[in-house]
Amino acid sequence: MSRIGTIARRSFLIGSAAVLGGVAFGTWRFLTPYPNPLQDSAGDKGGVITPYVVIDQTGVTIITPRAEMGQGIHSTLAALVAEELDVPWDQVQVMHGPPAKAYYNAAMLEEGVPFAPTDDSWLARTMRHAMAVPAKFLALQITGGSTSIPDGYEKMRAAGAVARAALVQAAAARTGLPADDLRTETGAVVTPDGTRIPYADLAEAAAAADLPDMPPLKARADWTLLGKSLPRVDIPAKSTGTALFAGDVRLPGMRFATVKMNPHLGAAMNGYDASAAETMPGVERIIPLTGGVAVVAATTWHAIQAAEAIDFDWAPAPYPASSAEMRDQIAQSFTPERLDAVMREDGDITTATGEVFEADYHVPHLAHATMEPMQAAAHLVDGKLTLWVGTQAPGLVQQHAAKAAGLETEAVDVHTTVMGGGFGRRAEVDASVLAAQVARAMAGTPVLVTWSREEDMTHDMYRPMATGRVRATLTAGKVESFDFSTCAPSIMETMAERIGIPLAGPDSTIAQGAWEQPYGFANYRVSAYRAPKTVPLGFWRSVGASQNGFFHDCAIDELAHLAGADPLGFRRDHLIHDPSRAVLDAVAQMSGWGTPRPGRALGVAYCLSFGVPTAQVIEVEQTEAGIRITGAWAAVDVGVALDPRNIEAQVSGAMVFGLSAAVRGEITFAQGRVEQPNYWDYEPLRINQLPDIQVQVLESGGPIRGIGEPGTPPAAPALANALFALTGTRARSLPLSKTFSFA
Amino acid sequence: MATTLTVNGTQAVIDLPDDTPLLWALRDGLNLTGTKFGCGVAACGACTVHVDGVAVRSCQTPLADVAGARITTIEGLGTPAALHAVQAAWIDHQVAQCGYCQSGQIMQAAYLLAENPAPSMAEIDEAMAGNLCRCGTYPRIRAAVQDAAKRLQEA
Repeated sequence: MSRIGTIARRSFLIGSAAVLGGVAFGTWRFLTPYPNPLQDSAGDKGGVITPYVVIDQTGVTIITPRAEMGQGIHSTLAALVAEELDVPWDQVQVMHGPPAKAYYNAAMLEEGVPFAPTDDSWLARTMRHAMAVPAKFLALQITGGSTSIPDGYEKMRAAGAVARAALVQAAAARTGLPADDLRTETGAVVTPDGTRIPYADLAEAAAAADLPDMPPLKARADWTLLGKSLPRVDIPAKSTGTALFAGDVRLPGMRFATVKMNPHLGAAMNGYDASAAETMPGVERIIPLTGGVAVVAATTWHAIQAAEAIDFDWAPAPYPASSAEMRDQIAQSFTPERLDAVMREDGDITTATGEVFEADYHVPHLAHATMEPMQAAAHLVDGKLTLWVGTQAPGLVQQHAAKAAGLETEAVDVHTTVMGGGFGRRAEVDASVLAAQVARAMAGTPVLVTWSREEDMTHDMYRPMATGRVRATLTAGKVESFDFSTCAPSIMETMAERIGIPLAGPDSTIAQGAWEQPYGFANYRVSAYRAPKTVPLGFWRSVGASQNGFFHDCAIDELAHLAGADPLGFRRDHLIHDPSRAVLDAVAQMSGWGTPRPGRALGVAYCLSFGVPTAQVIEVEQTEAGIRITGAWAAVDVGVALDPRNIEAQVSGAMVFGLSAAVRGEITFAQGRVEQPNYWDYEPLRINQLPDIQVQVLESGGPIRGIGEPGTPPAAPALANALFALTGTRARSLPLSKTFSFA
Repeated sequence: MATTLTVNGTQAVIDLPDDTPLLWALRDGLNLTGTKFGCGVAACGACTVHVDGVAVRSCQTPLADVAGARITTIEGLGTPAALHAVQAAWIDHQVAQCGYCQSGQIMQAAYLLAENPAPSMAEIDEAMAGNLCRCGTYPRIRAAVQDAAKRLQEA
């Protein structure tokens, strides 16, 4: 099926106009050898040059090939193009685009090569290690690791600039005027006498001509869209029930299905008795799958009801049956044989002589628990599979769904819908693979496969259980040595199995959020230990920094108290990175740090993750109903802030995500099964449990950074540190509700 | 077995067993997909609709209980071309992130303001506490509800 078909159907999905006869521009010819995925959409008119800009009589459509999971990335990527192209924000249309190698994530590559030895400064290492996805992901279109903006910052602006230059060149040819005499504004080329030639009238000629050389990009002082808070393109639809999530796809004759898989994760199904389920109202078909079944019914609810009525014989779990046994495995893994990598070694840890501090910290497994359960629509007809799915990795989905449906990769079209939360969960392909299997069994009939909340919660790829171990020494009130060890099973090891790509070498997510902290301790070692594989593990918003941020910062806080120092000043004194000191100063000022507040207390935390120094302060209060969180402040430095209001939303939301996990988040296993099937058992914080959150966005002018994740790691330690300040009780294990009673 | 009710001002006949939850009758029976499935156990509020003007969790509301009732879903509250005051406030305050819970949040907020035109912050928190948001948009929800209250009072 041609790409024109892809785009036309995509247009149907998002309700925008078709792009038949449209023209696509970008940085294509300059940068990449991959085939242009929009090539076939040119039709008979014009030509598609590059993959990011389409201009036709309906206006300008910007292709934003990163997944929109709530982080506002479609808007900011589009603004990068629109800025250089000189199109008004309210005239921009945005489209995700098909899965294609053209849309590979370079930042994921550049920042995902572990242990490149060329530059040994901590900052350079931080840049490269910001997201520990190995180079094997090369040419895969992935959204994650807060990389979309670092990846798109130059690329998307260049796409806009090249398209604009081509349009000016076409106008020059048409008018006979020198290109230098022409300017562009609000979607048109303007001649010296004020005549406006709309881009749409020039697009065909612009596409047919040779592209001009790469023009210079605008100076920041000339920005009219970037650096400003723009209304997000997706919000009107999301406020009126008209945004199309995968589960909202309806096709003629569509049937509704659910799956029920072995709760012993990854284990087989020995057999099942569906005799009761088969006779239930609305049930149409029960399809055996590898490791479970699908039920097809008149509605999703009837499918879920019937799935619950099936009697299964599940094969046992291929991992320790209980969380206690898994914790024990971790405790046993701080051994030379299990050393995965020494990620940092400054000075000589063995020379320390000062006052000794030792502590172990623990975090449990966590689920992503996206508001939208896993779901995908699929239609296999005439040897072609079409999938509608909210995915962070459409290229992987295409490959794996093809395999599941017994097709070539090229026979699968993937429409990436907006997603009801991702947080790393939708980097997985499982929902798409199961939908493809159901579509294959139901060939000719479109199916929507929706997981129950219980299925979603108990079949996640979890944030690993982990333990941090700190041995530090103080002399004269300063940290003399800091020996940090962190141990978890490897996310990448389980992911490699799932995606069928062998990944050798250390897993740098194990110590992520610890080893790259810009503290200047003279003797400073960070060691990562790899515990034996247990359950499937995945990327959970901020990945390794979600646990190491807690371990590392709480240890610093304890050292500050041991030294009798102000916790915020103690961190500041030991940091050797000006932007990091600046975010601490900002939260100190915002929170009124140091001001007495009877009955309440403050805690501070600092973590650098994904290249973003982030400081947070939490205020807690003891009330008769329990402890309440009464204040929350955060400061971040993203280098260059493209959309301040959206950055603020990401930091605030990431902080809530971290606080939810810190207070109550815990997935446990018993008899090989997850014990928390729904939100009543794994309950995120609610509106009445959270204060307003103030965020300050700083711009040191350093490399531009993504902001989806850095707001999460400091939340748990800031709260734990505040609770210590309030109560004198130090909790070294999450969730904190095991130690404290919250209102 | 068919159930007759009024959905967004239009009479609808739904031919599904009468224990089918309203949520699934709307989504899979009538293809009104603005109302979302989040948990199926009334823990998250994503499925909130109005039944005879009252906010209910449609995942826990069997068709048998709403025969003859007036149902309003997010699609019937307002449209992109004719926004309800709550929706307009939601857009102005840029509340949504992933957006999946927001249909339910908006329906809950619209019900709150219909019952209590000038809620205090504590009353907003209490009324909205049944609606989860994993993106953590709560601070903007508070601001948008207050703003919507003002808009409705001025209207």
